[in-house]
Amino acid sequence: MLEIKNLHVSVEGQNILRGVNLTVSPGEVHAIMGPNGSGKSTLAQVMAGKDEYEVTEGQIFYKGEDLAEAAPEERAREGLFLAFQYPVEIPGVSNVYFLKAALNAIRKHRGQEEMDAMDFLTYVRDKMKIVKMDETLLNRPVNEGFSGGEKKRNEIFHMAVLDPTLAVLDETDSGLDIDALKIVADGVNSLRSEKRAFVVITHYQRLLNYIVPDFVHVLVDGKIVRSGGKELAHELEEKGYAWLEEGRAAGASAATV
Amino acid sequence: MSAAIAASATESPARATVQDVYRLGFEGVVRRREGREPRSLTALRAQAFERFSHIGFPGKRDEEWRFTDISPIARSGFRLGAETPSVSAEAIEKYRYSGTHELVFINGRFSAEHSQIEALPEGVVVGSLADALANTPERLEGHLARHAKFEIHPFVALNTALFEDGALIRVPKGVIVDRPINIIHVGRPEGEAFACFPRHMLIAEESSQVTVVEQYGSVGEGAYLTCPVIEVSTEDNAVIDHYKLQRESTDAFHVSTFQLHQLRDSNFSSHSISWGGGLVRNDVNAILAGEGCESTLNGLYMVEGSQLVDNHMRVEHKAAHCDSHELFKGILEGRARAVFNGRIYVHKGAQKTDAKQTNRNLLLSPTALCNSHPQLEIFADDVKCTHGSTVGQLDETAVFYLRSRGIGEEAAKSLLTYAFAADIVGRIKVPEVRRDLEEFLFRRLPRGEVVRQAV
Repeated sequence: MLEIKNLHVSVEGQNILRGVNLTVSPGEVHAIMGPNGSGKSTLAQVMAGKDEYEVTEGQIFYKGEDLAEAAPEERAREGLFLAFQYPVEIPGVSNVYFLKAALNAIRKHRGQEEMDAMDFLTYVRDKMKIVKMDETLLNRPVNEGFSGGEKKRNEIFHMAVLDPTLAVLDETDSGLDIDALKIVADGVNSLRSEKRAFVVITHYQRLLNYIVPDFVHVLVDGKIVRSGGKELAHELEEKGYAWLEEGRAAGASAATV
Repeated sequence: MSAAIAASATESPARATVQDVYRLGFEGVVRRREGREPRSLTALRAQAFERFSHIGFPGKRDEEWRFTDISPIARSGFRLGAETPSVSAEAIEKYRYSGTHELVFINGRFSAEHSQIEALPEGVVVGSLADALANTPERLEGHLARHAKFEIHPFVALNTALFEDGALIRVPKGVIVDRPINIIHVGRPEGEAFACFPRHMLIAEESSQVTVVEQYGSVGEGAYLTCPVIEVSTEDNAVIDHYKLQRESTDAFHVSTFQLHQLRDSNFSSHSISWGGGLVRNDVNAILAGEGCESTLNGLYMVEGSQLVDNHMRVEHKAAHCDSHELFKGILEGRARAVFNGRIYVHKGAQKTDAKQTNRNLLLSPTALCNSHPQLEIFADDVKCTHGSTVGQLDETAVFYLRSRGIGEEAAKSLLTYAFAADIVGRIKVPEVRRDLEEFLFRRLPRGEVVRQAV
């Protein structure tokens, strides 16, 4: 479903990603962990098509297509979803009507009929249960005045409504209390299916107690330095990232010798 | 270079010709109004005209007009005092709101034919100022030109000298007018460019309440000048909710003065929406003269092409414990220009003043330009005064956020532009005014149908 090959990305002239390789198949959940500044969010945003990020080398294939020329909305319409680390507040634009416009843009692209208001409301009410969203948040402007937890929950709610095939979650757990974290994790878990894949980016191992990944990758300094099963997360929890960073530094100097 | 030519034009012999046009216009008004208004007013007109003749039109060296070149107005020998052309009922229709009292003016003159005034509470006056001056001048004594000073402002001087009619709204003590009063002024250019000078008066007596909508529109294309002055008295404990919609054609010039006087515990709120006109200048002068006043002066302008909109605000706190809030937002496209000049003047003794002024501008094109100048002058020591002014573009991260949900780039930008204006839209309490503004935004914004669906 997703194949990232030797991806190099620079932002404002700085090399952030330096050769990332990642393969994700349908039904899988991949966790990407790493210290601050390792390039996790850059990876998430470049997958979703952020303009300011320049791919200097390598490719991202999604459903077999090279994404290089695809606009963010084209990726979204093809079923790629990014849950933002910092969701944006949009005053005056109602959460529910915005989602209707977004869903209909996606449906139109797929040759499906647009949903009318009644059908959409029935559909949305069903999805709200997934994240235990309060109905008042539906009618409020997108994220405006939402608490941090409500914003993150709203991202999962958007995901549930837009029904993506590949969902990238960028630090959706950061800053959440345990109750909110459980709701977010339950939401993700209920959306897991054979056809859908997740890339869960997190700074903290805690989330992975609730969303159990099939694979864990460690991103350090713009490169995946280690991959493994869910037990790798526990190892990181015990030892921190330092041992990997040191190992990488040692490996790098060994390679140059 | 064109500025230099324009400046010299105002000082060349051509100026005399233009002045002659206004003098003839002035003499015409005096002749037409003779016997139909008090002599004191005729004398006032003469004073105002003399004042205008003396100060003339402002030039670019004039501090208050530095960024707004009015030489296209100064150069034009507008036709004055011509017959009022007829306007069809259909042309007025789009300015009508259901459930309102409607006063219709065409080229500065009252149209009884198009106006519709429903049953009013006892003692409430809603009608033509010219009629009131002819029939009950004693009731207006001391009110006309009481607050709008023509000594320093050439356009106020011209209006005072040349006005023929306007709306008169007077709400007696304790009366609540529940239906909004809709003042519809349309400019109907025919042939030569003309100028008109509507003069509106709004008086809300003690503990009364009224909602007033002031609209300016055009029927047909062609240049003309609308130069309205509105004087508003908000007496003790009165409440006024005011809206202005400037939606004239881009051929039109619009130079207005809004003069507000507030007495103790009164509450005044205004939303001034401007998307029409080629050259628009609004002077808004508020005097908070009694303790415990609250004044809200908000606005939204959206201009494109070569439109220019200038809002000049002056809020004077003369008494203690008054609050004033100003929020003006602008959306600029093309080569459009906006000027915002916001002066807050806190007099000695106006303690516990809480004055807040914000001007935010969204530039949607690299050639749009905005000059924003907040000015505070404070002569009291226990006050809270804040001002803020921003000029910026759409937030790229927000655009990306919307696109990442499947919304196309154009629609995403339009949604965010709407979002920028949303707090002003949301504060409009008269549903049909809000609807008109929304409909305008849906029409103007690219992929407006997506915006319509999403808000």
